[in-house]
Amino acid sequence: MAKKLFSRPKSLKEAGFHYCPGCGHSITHRLVAEVIDELGIRGITIGVPPAGCAVLAYNYFDVDMLEAQHGRGPATATGIKRALPDRIVFSYQGDGDLAAIGIAESFHAANRGENITVIFINNAVYGMTGGQMAPTTMLDQKTTTTPAGRNKTLDGYPVKVCETFSQLKGPTYLERVTVNSPASVNKAKKAIKKAFQCQMDGLGFSLVEILSPCPTNWKMTSVAACKWIDEVMSKEFPLGVFKDNMAAVKKPAEAAS
Amino acid sequence: MKGYIKINKDFCKECHLCISACPKGCIIPTKEYNSHGYHPVATDEGKECTGCTLCAIMCPEIAIEVYRD
Repeated sequence: MAKKLFSRPKSLKEAGFHYCPGCGHSITHRLVAEVIDELGIRGITIGVPPAGCAVLAYNYFDVDMLEAQHGRGPATATGIKRALPDRIVFSYQGDGDLAAIGIAESFHAANRGENITVIFINNAVYGMTGGQMAPTTMLDQKTTTTPAGRNKTLDGYPVKVCETFSQLKGPTYLERVTVNSPASVNKAKKAIKKAFQCQMDGLGFSLVEILSPCPTNWKMTSVAACKWIDEVMSKEFPLGVFKDNMAAVKKPAEAAS
Repeated sequence: MKGYIKINKDFCKECHLCISACPKGCIIPTKEYNSHGYHPVATDEGKECTGCTLCAIMCPEIAIEVYRD
């Protein structure tokens, strides 16, 4: 009898994704669903999808989902978490949603140290609207609104969310990962699991930034897009843990109880 | 045969990430069409699959299921 080693996680519905071929959103959806399955929190998880490519995420996750206004995912998640503190609340956002229109909500949710988890997809362009420049677009990167490459005088510099948030006292766990190879996908899954565990233990704000390939808007093949993350994007956005206060927050909580 | 994979041809979007992930070269492109107009990948019966799951880990569409005897 053959043993099944890999199949669709239970927290994902049996539906084909609407994402482009080779998109990192689909991989991240699967990782989040696998983590929800492994932690056994499918019945108590509430997700907050963004506006952006992942706007239809509620069609795929088999958990409760509540759509947020554009950029207001962390604010919506804050409300849900404060009203229902025993639920696990995650906000799933892209770079246009979190770093552009929603930077205020994200920044202040992080600064308050809200006990929520944010999954942040960074693909350096606005995917859904056709590949315009995003705050995370790198200098000299060509997009439909910067055909000659991003110019630092006109458009400023790429926003580095993990680095910025790591300066705040509020957040507990911040990590940047990518999903461009089997090894990095496994690493990304570990990071997402740790972020959810951080929330389950009541330790505070956790954010996982995922460098995600966008072959359609980068005008590359999927395989070349994965390579481009390694060669170009991860130089500008270095991978790694930017803040991990989990042990420090845990100790006083244990001593108090 | 140590392992084998089942490909859901209607979910495959021809991104070929599985082909670059497979260390044994067991997955090959095809010229047939699925219902969405993509050319789904197929397994090369001549090569030996070890059931390492790397293709399924990379597949964005979860079109691959992996089995091992």
